[in-house]
Amino acid sequence: MRKNWIGIPALMILLLLPSLSVAQGDDEILTPVAEEQLEEPDPGLDVPGAVTVQDKDNDAGDNLLVSFELPANTEGIFAYNVYRRVAGELGEEAWNLVEVIPAEELPEFIDGYDPEYPISTGVLYEYRVASTTVDGEEFFGPIFEAGIVSKGEIYHTGKTKVLIAGGLFIFLIFYYFGKAQRGAKMYLRPIAGIEAIDEAIGRATEMGKPVLYVPGLSGIADVATIASLTILGRVAKKIALYQTPLIVPNRDPIVFTVAEEVVKQAYLEAGRPDAYDPDSVFFLTTSQFAFVAGVNGMMMREKPATNFYLGMFWAESLLLAETGSLSGAIQIAGTDAVTQLPFFITTCDYTLIGEELYAASAYLGREPKQIGALKGQDACKAIIMSFITVALIFGIIDVVANTHILDWLRDLVTTPIIE
Amino acid sequence: MYETIGIWVGALFTLAIYSFLYKENPIYRLAEHLVVGISAGYGMAITYQITVKPRLIDPLLSGDHWILLIPGILGILYITRFIPRISWLSRYPIGFYMGTSMGVYFPLTMKANVLRQLEGAMVPLYQSGMAWYEVTGNIIMILGTLAALIYFFFSKPHKGLFFGTGSKIGIWVIMVGFGATFGFTVMGRISLLIGRIQYLLGDWLHVIE
Repeated sequence: MRKNWIGIPALMILLLLPSLSVAQGDDEILTPVAEEQLEEPDPGLDVPGAVTVQDKDNDAGDNLLVSFELPANTEGIFAYNVYRRVAGELGEEAWNLVEVIPAEELPEFIDGYDPEYPISTGVLYEYRVASTTVDGEEFFGPIFEAGIVSKGEIYHTGKTKVLIAGGLFIFLIFYYFGKAQRGAKMYLRPIAGIEAIDEAIGRATEMGKPVLYVPGLSGIADVATIASLTILGRVAKKIALYQTPLIVPNRDPIVFTVAEEVVKQAYLEAGRPDAYDPDSVFFLTTSQFAFVAGVNGMMMREKPATNFYLGMFWAESLLLAETGSLSGAIQIAGTDAVTQLPFFITTCDYTLIGEELYAASAYLGREPKQIGALKGQDACKAIIMSFITVALIFGIIDVVANTHILDWLRDLVTTPIIE
Repeated sequence: MYETIGIWVGALFTLAIYSFLYKENPIYRLAEHLVVGISAGYGMAITYQITVKPRLIDPLLSGDHWILLIPGILGILYITRFIPRISWLSRYPIGFYMGTSMGVYFPLTMKANVLRQLEGAMVPLYQSGMAWYEVTGNIIMILGTLAALIYFFFSKPHKGLFFGTGSKIGIWVIMVGFGATFGFTVMGRISLLIGRIQYLLGDWLHVIE
């Protein structure tokens, strides 16, 4: 009986040995696959050596860290082409070129970023690297099997600071949100561009001309587009009350769908569902400059009295605003695109700069919830300003007392560029 | 032959669009409607070729990736907008898309637009070897960032030394920044115009090499 007890641990050790040998291979792999050597390396170019594969931490199991040994003689090598295939697959067509590394760069990269050739979790791959000439001629090194497979992690340790900052900001917004709902009075300073919205709609009504509203050219995921659609709801409600024609051209099909719903709902809330014109909100085209050509043509033909450009804009901003200015319309623009704001400022009557666009909805609606959220955002800005002020003070102390306390503060907010 | 026709079509439509500089006219209107129509049709074909076919239809026809049926059905729900009785179903894909987008972008924005910007504003005022203009630049950058942030405070009146003066300096800093951006972008636009003139005078008229 006692002999059996000795036998069990011995058996376990025997069973564990193979898995231990696999675990040792976690970092550096790789045994050349002998039977499928490609052509003999041409003496013209030396070929790279062993390929090393490691699993990348903090990913979804879709990245591998790949590096390889440089050839002893790098003369004449222009770049290294790294090929990958699933282990066990045969034939030249199974290889995919996953990376081209210029000769002067480090022989390492993260494999899996190319959406055409993703890394699948739990799949074993083989690699081979070719030295290439400037003419593209390839000289292949041996094939190596990656001894590990990619694994995913549930929690990304590199994003803890983002989690803390995000949690704090969300808490502050909800805190003031709740405070506003409990009836606390909150002040909002006046913004000229937002106060001019009523005046602009009134002008169009008096002139009997339409209002043009462009909700930006970006998709629905863009914060500026969401802010713009909320403002569209407020503007459309006023337009419905005044019985003014509305023109809302769209570039994105999903934004078009949402804009249509928003305008329809606004007419309903204004008590004038019968006045809603289904043709007032329409899809034009997804092409950026074709969209501009279409909207510019409308501006010159329909001659709207008021133009709103609220949302995300790119190079078309000046083309739209300049044409609107020529047509004699009053123009109100708003975007968070820093490169386009100068063009709106120079050509429009009022411009909402960056965060003013996000705040506009709260200003127009005056709902406690939105005003509370705005107050919460101000609190977030106050925290950011406090950090910068403390950093400024620490910077002065560092200069005067020759310390390094600014580095400590900086480390608190530093996040890696590539995770 | 086809290349020559293409160049002629491109050149004539360029001139048709430029005719808008004089005033809105039938030739511009023709070019406008053609470019809008063709781009919408072309966009649809491209979307089918580079997204729908290789990423949905082909994998489904190959018998694998049955999970793709879920986004496929969500996509089809958009088309229910054309059937008024069940058009409400199109709200599901929109809601799903907006929700996932916000979830994906929130941490990215928090990192790129808050934490990394904050880190960028925490620069040492002086380090050995720094020139005087670098020190001055760092001080202006830190104080300018603080002033611009004050301008974007909505829940405080812009009065007094801190909020009043701070926001005034802030809007000046913002406008100086916009001025620099304006000049930089205009240079880019001029290069686009030069490209078009080169096309007209070079590829089309062969006046320049």
